[in-house]
Amino acid sequence: MSKLFSKENREVFTAPLNLDNPIAVQVLGICSALAVTSQMQPAIVMGLSVAVITAFSNLIISLIRKTIPNRIRIIVQLVVVAALVTIVSMVLKAFAYDVSVQLSVYVGLIITNCILMGRLEAFAMMNGPWESFLDGLGNGLGYALVLVVVGTVREFLGNGSLLGFQVIPQSFYDMGYMNNGMMTMPAMALILLGCVIWVHRAYNEKKEKK
Amino acid sequence: MNALRKYLDKIKPSFEEGGKLHAFRSVFEGFESFLFVPNATSKSGVNVHDAIDSKRIMIFVVIALMPALLFGMYNIGYQNYAAAGVDGTFWEMFGFGLLAVLPKIIVSYIVGLGIEFIVAQWKHEEIQEGYLVTGMLVPMIVPVDCPLWIIAIACAFAVIFAKEIFGGTGMNIFNVALITRAFLFFAYPTAMSGDACWVAKESICGLGNDLPDAFTMATPLGEVATGTVPAFSWDQVWGFIPGSIGETSVVAIAIGAVILLWTGIASWRTMLSVFVGGALLAWIFNQWGPEGNAGAMVPWYQHLALGGFCFGAVFMATDPVTSARTVPGQFVYGFLIGAMAIIIRVLNPGYPEGMMLAILLMNLFAPLIDYCVIQNNIDKRAKRAIKK
Repeated sequence: MSKLFSKENREVFTAPLNLDNPIAVQVLGICSALAVTSQMQPAIVMGLSVAVITAFSNLIISLIRKTIPNRIRIIVQLVVVAALVTIVSMVLKAFAYDVSVQLSVYVGLIITNCILMGRLEAFAMMNGPWESFLDGLGNGLGYALVLVVVGTVREFLGNGSLLGFQVIPQSFYDMGYMNNGMMTMPAMALILLGCVIWVHRAYNEKKEKK
Repeated sequence: MNALRKYLDKIKPSFEEGGKLHAFRSVFEGFESFLFVPNATSKSGVNVHDAIDSKRIMIFVVIALMPALLFGMYNIGYQNYAAAGVDGTFWEMFGFGLLAVLPKIIVSYIVGLGIEFIVAQWKHEEIQEGYLVTGMLVPMIVPVDCPLWIIAIACAFAVIFAKEIFGGTGMNIFNVALITRAFLFFAYPTAMSGDACWVAKESICGLGNDLPDAFTMATPLGEVATGTVPAFSWDQVWGFIPGSIGETSVVAIAIGAVILLWTGIASWRTMLSVFVGGALLAWIFNQWGPEGNAGAMVPWYQHLALGGFCFGAVFMATDPVTSARTVPGQFVYGFLIGAMAIIIRVLNPGYPEGMMLAILLMNLFAPLIDYCVIQNNIDKRAKRAIKK
């Protein structure tokens, strides 16, 4: 048990949440982050889907990594990822139909998500299954974290609500407050993502100097 | 003047290193060099100093904006009194407009300059003067009914994301005032377009008339967007039409253009080619435009008089920071702005006015245009050198 949660393994899991965050530091997976963050709910669902898929595809690839012929490894990886994405997409359609309609094509496009391919190539192909699982989960959750932050800001300022519940009271609107329509556009998501990266780097730079 | 100089000299030491008010030195420096030409000399090498520094240039542009601004104030009053069917004297109308516009100018300057001061202080730089013009442009390109708080948000957004992020005055890719307007246009479309926001509806301090909330008055370009062709009238040239505050009068803008060209601040090449591009494209649409498209049926001379075309051509396209700098480049840049503006107006029903988007788009292409011109010149000279 102690080996399962050794310092290195904990590092593998926590690094992508903060210091090695796939979006904020490696700037991967931007397209889907722009597309699904206009509200909190799709952002959370998308983040969790990616986390599940990265974790399990990492696990599976890591288990069979020694038997995969090197020349066709990308195809094998894609097959595994595609199978998992199909499962997730079907589960979403069965149990959360509204959200899956909102996410539309972006669930299917997880197959081409650069975070996924990056982790498979860089980590799962040369590490054991348990570490790979942790690494995939950590990267997926790091991605989800940024998505939820951006989604919260966009939904709050763009629709005045959080998770679909109206947060800004009607009296504000009566006084002349207006929702910011720009927040619901992908262009603003890019700017917000830039702000997240800006804050994140400024904060970590300060910490490193100490 | 002398007393002011003496006073500044007296309080100067407290802003210097070790003084009590050292934290505010950039604010002091900003005001001092705003009031007096600085007598500081360069610390290294030999430099030629022009008597006109960038603060003086900015002031000239603000002076050039004055006719359009003053006319805009009068027009706000004129529209309000005309809508209410009340006869007002000249001073009543002008006073009403002044009271309606002044808060916008103050908000724009306080927010924008406030951010500039904070950033200058934070980065230990001198305060840069770019916002002098931007702060005057912003209130002139919004509708009169635009709420103050969204102007404040848009100014903050534009100064931070269009200017400070790129490195401050002189480094921005996009025209900051137009970014302000673009932000307002996309974020709060109901306050920036449609036909309910162009006439002031509330009396201020006893001046003006209260109009019903549901009162609407479309701009001529708004009419075009809904499919009717507004008849040409000289009011559209003089500026007695609803529209953004400073953009309606061609005549007032022409006075500003003369000032800009006479002082040599704006490039006549850019200005001229914007009008040529716009006129040519509008003429082409007149001849061969799509059937039943109202924008294509508006005569070319009317296209140039309506909306923000003149204002954009004179004050926005010629911005020396964001426009092309090479001589042939300026012709291309201006021509494409005019052409794009008319194309957006005619072919995109979502945007009644294309000038803002056309200028922002060409701002993005200006460095590329300059690059092509310079490369072309280098190639030509290289060939000449090889021949000899």
